[in-house]
Amino acid sequence: MTYLAKPRLLADVQPKNALGFTRRDYEGAISTLCAGCGHDSTSAAIVQACFELDIEPHRVAKLSGIGCSSKTPDYFLGASHGFNSVHGRMPSVATGAALANRDLTYLGVSGDGDSASIGIGQFAHAMRRGVNMAYIVENNGVYGLTKGQFSATADKGSKSKKGVLNADSPIDLVALALQLGATYVARSFSGDKDQLVPLIKGALRHKGPAFIDVLSPCVTFNNHAGSTKSYDYVREHNEAVNRIEVIMARNAIEASYAPGSLRRVVQHDGSVLMLRKLGLDYDPTDRIGAMNHLHERNALGEIVTGLLYVDESAEDLHRHLNTVETPLNQLDDAELCPGNDLLQALNASLR
Amino acid sequence: MNSITATNDFVIKFANVNGSGSASANEMFARAIIRMGVPVSPRNIFPSNIQGMPTWYELRVSAAGWLGRRGGSDLMVALNPQTWDRDVAEIVPGGYLFYDSTRELPPSKFRDDINVIGIPLTAICAKEFKDPNQRRLFKNIMYVGALAALVDIELSVIEDLLAQQYRGKDQLIEGNRNAARIGYDYAKAHFACPLGIRVERADGVGDRIFIDGNSAAGLGAVYGGATVAAWYPITPSTSVIEAFTSYCRKYRTDPDSGAARYAIVQAEDELASIGMVIGAGWNGVRAFTATSGPGISLMQEFVGLSYFAEIPSVIVNVQRGGPSTGMPTRTQQSDLLLCAYASHGDTRHVLLLPEDPHECFTFTAQAFDLAERLQTPVFLMTDLDIGMNERLCKPFEWDDSRRYDRGKLMTAEELEAGKDFGRYLDADGDGIPYRTIPGTHPNKGAFFTRGTTRNAYAKYSEAGADYIYNMERLRRKFETAKTLVPAPIATPAAEPTRFGVIYYGSTSPAMAEALTLMAADGVHVDALRVRGFPFASEVDTFVEDHDVVFVVEQNESAQLRTLLINEGDLSPKKLVRVLHYDGTPITARFIAGAISDAIDDRKVQPIQTSMNR
Ligand SMILES: Cc1ncc(C[n+]2csc(CCOP(=O)(O)OP(=O)(O)O)c2C)c(N)n1
Ligand code: SF4
Ligand SMILES: [Mg+2]
Repeated sequence: MTYLAKPRLLADVQPKNALGFTRRDYEGAISTLCAGCGHDSTSAAIVQACFELDIEPHRVAKLSGIGCSSKTPDYFLGASHGFNSVHGRMPSVATGAALANRDLTYLGVSGDGDSASIGIGQFAHAMRRGVNMAYIVENNGVYGLTKGQFSATADKGSKSKKGVLNADSPIDLVALALQLGATYVARSFSGDKDQLVPLIKGALRHKGPAFIDVLSPCVTFNNHAGSTKSYDYVREHNEAVNRIEVIMARNAIEASYAPGSLRRVVQHDGSVLMLRKLGLDYDPTDRIGAMNHLHERNALGEIVTGLLYVDESAEDLHRHLNTVETPLNQLDDAELCPGNDLLQALNASLR
Repeated sequence: MNSITATNDFVIKFANVNGSGSASANEMFARAIIRMGVPVSPRNIFPSNIQGMPTWYELRVSAAGWLGRRGGSDLMVALNPQTWDRDVAEIVPGGYLFYDSTRELPPSKFRDDINVIGIPLTAICAKEFKDPNQRRLFKNIMYVGALAALVDIELSVIEDLLAQQYRGKDQLIEGNRNAARIGYDYAKAHFACPLGIRVERADGVGDRIFIDGNSAAGLGAVYGGATVAAWYPITPSTSVIEAFTSYCRKYRTDPDSGAARYAIVQAEDELASIGMVIGAGWNGVRAFTATSGPGISLMQEFVGLSYFAEIPSVIVNVQRGGPSTGMPTRTQQSDLLLCAYASHGDTRHVLLLPEDPHECFTFTAQAFDLAERLQTPVFLMTDLDIGMNERLCKPFEWDDSRRYDRGKLMTAEELEAGKDFGRYLDADGDGIPYRTIPGTHPNKGAFFTRGTTRNAYAKYSEAGADYIYNMERLRRKFETAKTLVPAPIATPAAEPTRFGVIYYGSTSPAMAEALTLMAADGVHVDALRVRGFPFASEVDTFVEDHDVVFVVEQNESAQLRTLLINEGDLSPKKLVRVLHYDGTPITARFIAGAISDAIDDRKVQPIQTSMNR
């Protein structure tokens, strides 16, 4: 699914969203990733999600760490400010950025090496701290950029391209995010755009830490038989718990759905998540239930996907810190500097 | 026995048990002497432990106004049985020992060449107060009262201080005043007051204030417009953030909503702290962290990002003894090189070198202007001696007409008007490019920030020419920084001399005294205090103008000297090391001794000829 720049001619006939933007307005530089890399499909899904949500591109800040996955913010939302930081430390940079301006939308993109290996500490703390951001890990079980070493999400017993068996236990970032207090937790597959795009939309509209683990195969180093992160393996073991659709408050169209099969979740900003249950009776607002389900299915070798957990009354870091409504980066000198009179009064108390 | 007699010029040392509540009593005693118009300079000596371990509070009283450490104790207030022997041994012959005589001690525990003042503090407290907690706390105030009588401090001064401290809590004021009075009266009744050492009302303090450097730095961050602070606790820097927090509560709470015009996050480690600072700086606020050596070590990679991606950040480094965990509760100036060249690759950073709380305030506020003007990390290099001890210093000032220098921020209007935006383009020839913050304009001015090399328009590039353009621009920017950091301050000797001395930071008070001591001995030395890095050209000139320049600093490897040699192309032979690094603050006696000895040595050595070239 490698994205190639479309010829300009076509742009005019492309559909426009409510802001008059075409999908193209959400694209970025031409990808330099390997043809067929799962990460490019995720980028395309991000473009689609932002387009459908009528997001103003310049109101998004996109941040990443280091890795093939972390390069991708260059390949979408070219009109947004981006920040390719250092390996494993995107969460702290995103936290600082979010503190500075509470009015932008923060999108963090990371890899499994970036977030589960070197950066697991920062990942964990961003989740528990409640940073208002969409945090996407493009999970391929390997370090793509450094040429195929196992990452911390590689399954025990999976085989590297060179034939080495992984003996270490894997880290499941979804299970961790649930435990750590993320208030929107999902898993998806870069090869399943229909599932992924609405999950990203829901995450972008979520007010709080929203985490999506996107299985995103590395065609070059981890797509062979014996890998548990290959396209074939993920397709065969994918067990979706639900399908969601994100409906903005202003154009609710709930009536067209058959009752009973749907679960309706309203987020803080008024956006509505319509969840179509698939088969079993899964309640995505039950955190403990979500954790149990995940572990049960995991033991059976299934990869559980879909919106696994959402907290309708999520809170974020700004709420915890009781910061002013005005973004901190828009406070003027007079609002920041107490001035000389107060300083002289303070001097007097120090004598 | 010859008893020491001295007015307004002595050292009193309190030996206490950590966590006994003595700290605030000792501080009040120091403040009382200041209220008598006499300069004092206290130093906390404490271990890396919370309770039950010894702590000392060494108070130098100096009519001449010397604020450096003197060494030796004229009066020891020995309230810690654990350290009794060494405390008693430390008293200068003819000096005084004050102790709690509730429990009788054998004569072998004393010395014949000192004066002993025993007051049964515990017994009096047990008689006067019922509540055990009161007994413990009032004991501290009681010895303050007794000492006031012994060294001739007016009781009303203590009473006023208590009233001020417990304003609004009348019961506490009365209880404390009562305790002070009991101690005062007991001393008057049982001893010939005052002792040979005494305080006499003077006019030596002026309008100076008494505050610690960390509080001043926290306040400076408020005045400097910082809104985001991210940190991880570490001695001796923690109180910078504590001060920032309480000053923010006081001065930065929105009067209408009660909401905070600031955000303070205790991060999971120093990597996250500096990461948050950089993210916040990238997004257009003034952000800072405060830490000490081990934290700086962890921050290295991020500091390089801040430098190379050109994102403003401010790092307060309250230095302590290294390497590794080193001497966590002792002072040193041993992170100079670590900070000047922090991170891999060719990096160099702006350092500000305050001498006291006044400069901690001023320089911290200025650090934010510099970080935004230069789009780079700025380090405030203070240390434990400045940071955790209260020091008399000039009062804080703020010019209300001053506006924050946000540096080269390109606005939406400029972008709209079609101004050329190259994020890493040297448009003005000073090496400083323009930046935009996220959300500035709907379709102009966005760029991708990265730590990898790029061209002047922020596009990824591994081309050698692009890399060199960038590195040369950064070099030019550093040249610009020379003109922006605080200039060095020269103190010329009374007579022309071939000798110079360069020093910085907390060495300042000891140096001032040392220069006077040496001058009295006919040793004249021109002094230069550096206050910022990169060094201004005056520093090179100063070295060139002297045959020998002593470089006085508080580390083992002569880091300031290395920096001078490296950056100024100065002759190493000219620069003579004077190093103090046992973890205690440097003293005037040490400096004067080392410099005088070195000058004596040189007079008989052939090096003289090369010096005269
Ligand atoms: C401190 C540091 N250590 C090592 C590296 C080298 N490095 C770059 S990317 C990477 C792994 C990336 O793996 P992942 O996050 O899974 O991304 P992918 O390439 O698989 O998408 C490593 C180890 C680095 N950039 N920085
Ligand atoms: S190496 Fe793997 S992860 Fe990296 S671009 Fe190629 S396919 Fe994608
Ligand atoms: Mg990977």
